[in-house]
Amino acid sequence: MSRAALLLLADGRFPAGGHAHSGGVEAAIAHQAVHDTDSLEAFCRGRLHTTGLTMAGLAAAAAAGVDPLLLDDAADARTPAPALRAVARRLGRQMMRAARATFPSEDLERLAAERPQGAHQPLVLGLAARAAGLTPLDAAHAAAYENAGGPATAAVRLLSLDPLDASGLLARLSSETDAVATAAAQAADRVAAEGIDALPSASSPLLDITGEQHAAWSVRLFAS
Amino acid sequence: MSPAAQLVNDRAALAGALSGAEEPAGHPHGVRATARIHAAYNGRVTTLPQLRSDGPFHLRRMRTDGSSAKVGIIGAMSAPLGGDRLTIDVTAGDRAVLEVTTAAATLALRGPTTAPATYDVRLTAGEHAGLRWLPQPLISAAGSNLRQTYTVELAATARLLLREEQLLGRTDEDPGHLVSRLLVRRAGRPLLDQQTAYGAPEPGWDGPAVLHGHRAVGQLLLVDPEMGTRRDPVLLREGSQDGSAVLTPLAGGPALLATAVAPTSSALRELLDEALAHALRE
Repeated sequence: MSRAALLLLADGRFPAGGHAHSGGVEAAIAHQAVHDTDSLEAFCRGRLHTTGLTMAGLAAAAAAGVDPLLLDDAADARTPAPALRAVARRLGRQMMRAARATFPSEDLERLAAERPQGAHQPLVLGLAARAAGLTPLDAAHAAAYENAGGPATAAVRLLSLDPLDASGLLARLSSETDAVATAAAQAADRVAAEGIDALPSASSPLLDITGEQHAAWSVRLFAS
Repeated sequence: MSPAAQLVNDRAALAGALSGAEEPAGHPHGVRATARIHAAYNGRVTTLPQLRSDGPFHLRRMRTDGSSAKVGIIGAMSAPLGGDRLTIDVTAGDRAVLEVTTAAATLALRGPTTAPATYDVRLTAGEHAGLRWLPQPLISAAGSNLRQTYTVELAATARLLLREEQLLGRTDEDPGHLVSRLLVRRAGRPLLDQQTAYGAPEPGWDGPAVLHGHRAVGQLLLVDPEMGTRRDPVLLREGSQDGSAVLTPLAGGPALLATAVAPTSSALRELLDEALAHALRE
């Protein structure tokens, strides 16, 4: 494996479109649920252990070679809010474009042909990791890290927080991020024996509710 | 292992149990009970060839005005308590129409051990069957520890209405630890798979990304093959202090899911009733 490939995939500068999304924190800020570093940390922790765990499981399973079309259905079943399904597929399409250019592989070409409108982003991330010679655990790490890091970065812009505080909170979440990635990779490992239901489906009611509310706003800084 | 890592492993074990990989052993002090309801259509009306009460579940046939059947579940003892292994297995055979309710709220309590209780609800609806699962809320009392799973198998032409309400703690009380998974398959394909985990020691459960202080949370799932295919999401009470909800079409079939959070059980029920009225409006 190439550790540099993992850093590239997880880098916010990787041109996969993630910078345009706030991971739900824009809606939470509008509702005054997130207003400072502490409430932002609580938000990132909640997202990490719900959506983050679920996405990390999907990414790990794709990296482990589980059929991506089965995973795409599993991702749909784990995403009841249509606004969030649309976001996941749009991000998947953008990630696919970047991944095909950087880590070309037959798996990516096949999924791009099967899902021209975009597959759920974690699957594309997982297949890119696989093409780069990374492990399912690596893919899970990248997905889990992005789930906490995305909202933290967006909140810095929305609340004019000190970026150093945002980095500090991500550092405080790092052992939990590792734990989530490990659990996700272990679940992906069980798919062969137990089927797709072995993957986590951790969810959050507020992320579904506010994700749909946010999509209906006429003025917003982030796409989600 | 860190507490967070332990938790995610516990959840993974729950997922394993759900897929039939392991049978939970239970606790020596716990109650093991499996109640069964089987509704069948005899060409004229729905009958109840099997109505098997067990443990805390006393089943009572209720009067209906038409050709459908209705069963009430009456609590025969306090349950679930820590260590209990409880199952309710409900089947509506082809063309049968069945509604199941509970007489009172289900109260999860600590019991003689801090070991988790399990409460598995299996709902199966055959071709052209209609199944309504409309229990009173589940209350997660302080010190309780409950793993609840719903496993729902629907034939392609089956109809379902499922309401699930959770109250986190009694008045001015912290909740126990409540992990629930709702897994719905339609014609063998996954329609909905969601797991929620509330109460200490879950990380972040009460924060702004999950419940943000709300103590009542619920879902209402309507599956109906005759429903119009194009449905837009409906937002209910955005930004209100009295909770909010969203009604959304699912990706995998003719189904709508309402998700609601609220400060109280009555506000939650209002939101879910409102969502149902929207869902039934064509």
